[in-house]
Amino acid sequence: MATFELKGAPYIPAPTRVQGVMLQVLLALVPGVMAHIWFFGWGIVVQISIAIVFALTFEATMLHLRGKDVRLYLTDLSAVVTAVLFCLCVPQLMPWWVTATGMFFAIVVAKHLYGGLGYNLFNPAMVGWMVVLIAFPRDLTAWLPPLELAEYHFTLFESATIIFTGNIPGELVWDDITQATPLDTLKIQTALAMTIAEIHEDAIFGDFGGLGWEWIANWYAVGGLFLLYRRIISWHIPVAFFGAVMLVDLPFYLMDPDGYLGPLQQVFTGSVVLGAFFIATDPVTASSTPRGRLVYAAGIGVITLIIRRWGAYPDGVGFAVLLMNMAVPLIDYYTRPTIYGHSR
Amino acid sequence: MATEIGNRLWRFHGGLKLRNYKVMSTDHAVLHGLPIPEQLILPISQHMGIPARPVVEPGDKVLKGQVVAIGDGFVSASVHAPSSGTVTAIAKRLVPSAAGGTMGISIVLETDGEDKWIQRDGIRNFETLAPDEIRARVSNAGIVGLGGAVFPSHIKLMRDIHQTVETVILNGVECEPYISCDEMLMRERAVPVVTGGRMMRHALEAKRCIIAIEDHMELAGRVLRGVVAEIGDDRVSVVDVPTIYPQGGERQLIETLTGQQVPSGGLPVQIGVVCHNVATAAAVQDAITDGIPLISRYVTVTGPGVKNPSNVEALIGTPLSQLIEACGGYTGDVPMLILGGPMMGYAMSTDDLPVIKATNCVLALVSEDVRETQKEMPCIGCMECVNVCPADLLPQTLFLHAKERQLEQARSYGIFDCIECGCCAYVCPSHIPLVDYYRVTKNRIWKIDEQRQKAEHARRRHEFRERRRQRQETARTDHLRERERALDTKDPQDAIAEAVKRSRQHRARRHRKDKD
Repeated sequence: MATFELKGAPYIPAPTRVQGVMLQVLLALVPGVMAHIWFFGWGIVVQISIAIVFALTFEATMLHLRGKDVRLYLTDLSAVVTAVLFCLCVPQLMPWWVTATGMFFAIVVAKHLYGGLGYNLFNPAMVGWMVVLIAFPRDLTAWLPPLELAEYHFTLFESATIIFTGNIPGELVWDDITQATPLDTLKIQTALAMTIAEIHEDAIFGDFGGLGWEWIANWYAVGGLFLLYRRIISWHIPVAFFGAVMLVDLPFYLMDPDGYLGPLQQVFTGSVVLGAFFIATDPVTASSTPRGRLVYAAGIGVITLIIRRWGAYPDGVGFAVLLMNMAVPLIDYYTRPTIYGHSR
Repeated sequence: MATEIGNRLWRFHGGLKLRNYKVMSTDHAVLHGLPIPEQLILPISQHMGIPARPVVEPGDKVLKGQVVAIGDGFVSASVHAPSSGTVTAIAKRLVPSAAGGTMGISIVLETDGEDKWIQRDGIRNFETLAPDEIRARVSNAGIVGLGGAVFPSHIKLMRDIHQTVETVILNGVECEPYISCDEMLMRERAVPVVTGGRMMRHALEAKRCIIAIEDHMELAGRVLRGVVAEIGDDRVSVVDVPTIYPQGGERQLIETLTGQQVPSGGLPVQIGVVCHNVATAAAVQDAITDGIPLISRYVTVTGPGVKNPSNVEALIGTPLSQLIEACGGYTGDVPMLILGGPMMGYAMSTDDLPVIKATNCVLALVSEDVRETQKEMPCIGCMECVNVCPADLLPQTLFLHAKERQLEQARSYGIFDCIECGCCAYVCPSHIPLVDYYRVTKNRIWKIDEQRQKAEHARRRHEFRERRRQRQETARTDHLRERERALDTKDPQDAIAEAVKRSRQHRARRHRKDKD
């Protein structure tokens, strides 16, 4: 008589695991990061490295303090994803301690104080970003121009030096090397009553979005399509996000093409593409019903436009995500699907 | 309902495309004529409902096909001797269960090797039988749903005066990976399957009978269609349905074929459909045409842990170990043995268990199949489970409520609409055993409901007693008052004399008693 182990079904090895999901998200970000290096230089690489080191340190410390399995959760790569997403939202040569502060608020406050992986209400990367944006506004607006327009190109070592010491080689000051982003430019110039067409004469604009940024957005989209293909994300959030941005913008644009960006430009400037494929799709903090995800993402799209047009900040994706995170429980409650066999 | 069911198919929500692993056991014929085991163990509860009542005693000689336990309860099914021999005991034996094997009252039969049949009574032309007669014969034959639910079949052949059955669906959609006993049955016994289906249609006076099979079962489809054409009954048709797990779930199959959903908590008959398994249909045919009760079934013995995976025809009561032996034995280290499929089956603690009416598959797994790649992680809300849930539930929300023991929320999020198909648990990247959580939660809710009912019952009883006590109390005070009033109206002297007399009588009685 043979005896056997007891365990509940199913008895087919699971096709996925958390680490695999996170790894694929990271893979999907590779083209965007490469494009970022191509257009803006090495700063992002240094920034990502710093962020990952701090993210993992904070993660390990918190896991240890909370008495969790450090090895199991540290290798799930979720902290690494948070770190990379954070870096894609901040200036390339931001001082290291700003990044560290961002990671502290992302990992320690937004993630672990809310219960760790799976329990956080707010997108950790966006919480980290919001805190440093409000706390260190000057550092958070010091964006480099695309290499094409930049007078100074920094090597990897020079980038690291700037980030760690704040000393810019060649006796330069920050104003020499930074420049307003396309959305900054837009915000300032429209306030000066210039038309969109006139503003677009600025070299900082490309064919359909910001110079360089438009192509980075395209590569984010490639990564996003990969995630869709791999079924890591579903179509609901990107489609509703893009749809809301374009549909809401269209009537304004048609009424006043001089005062408003066109729908396509809205999508390809700033962080809409990154947001639609990588930030709003954070499974933990998004709505957990199919219809709810449509509402959630459409809400992000609309709030983004409102902040861009009437808010104090040039771009609004991060704030929009955090605001809609708050609305998730309500959205979930009202968008429950009809269960099989219940009247529709 | 559209008249042309089967011409158009609908799609149920979610589901999975799984590797089917069936070819492992379908590339050769079913093994018949296994040696008769020396001992057969026949649990009296192999079906849904009240256990059958043993009608033999230890020491009784029985013939093959003889009733050994009768299913005369409200929902029950009889058990028959699968071979001739002697009853040696009616006692608790280890029998298959969700817990991996539990003790259950069984009739132990020592076979004599003669395999001698009891007198059988078959009917050649079933169309001359009244529907009630068919139902009675099915009931006498101890037939239960052989797809795994083991619900007594005669009950599902009863016509309800309020509801007419339009369609009988024969479920040949064996959606679980690995299992192929129904597919092999349809290939090898297509005539009994089709005839059994016609008998059921006749019993229910339904308009049509649809035999549903998966679209990859080409051979079975060809054979079945040939038989249907030969018989020439245009009320019977064979329909291919897409191979999506859990297409064989009754509710999913009904939606695929009719576009209608069975009401929550209701039965298919409410939308004019009755569903039976194809093996059940073949058993019905055997019972009516040949008078053969349900004493054997096809079992798939498969998995990477078995040397020669195949389907076998096994007598009910045969030890699982003997089936494995018939298929060449284990390949080596087999850490897990499953009864049923890999999605909804149950792990067994031993192979020293009898084949019962529900046993459709014995699956032996090797260590690669059961290796854990990751411990259970928190839910990350990826919604894969929502996408695959065929009941259109929110498995992740349900899980959170189940975990936090928020039972009322779990109920309102439809935990009782969960069919436990395991799709959610399979796709979960956090490897959360979701179905286990749901089963536990369902049990908790049932228990609480039961307690609530008991409490309600106790409350009613208490109230009743209180009322009775009050009634008695009022009666007593009324009586006293009456006595009082009676005393008042009497002359006090008379009353004293009466009391003295009573006291004397009493003393005299006691005095006599003392003397005795």
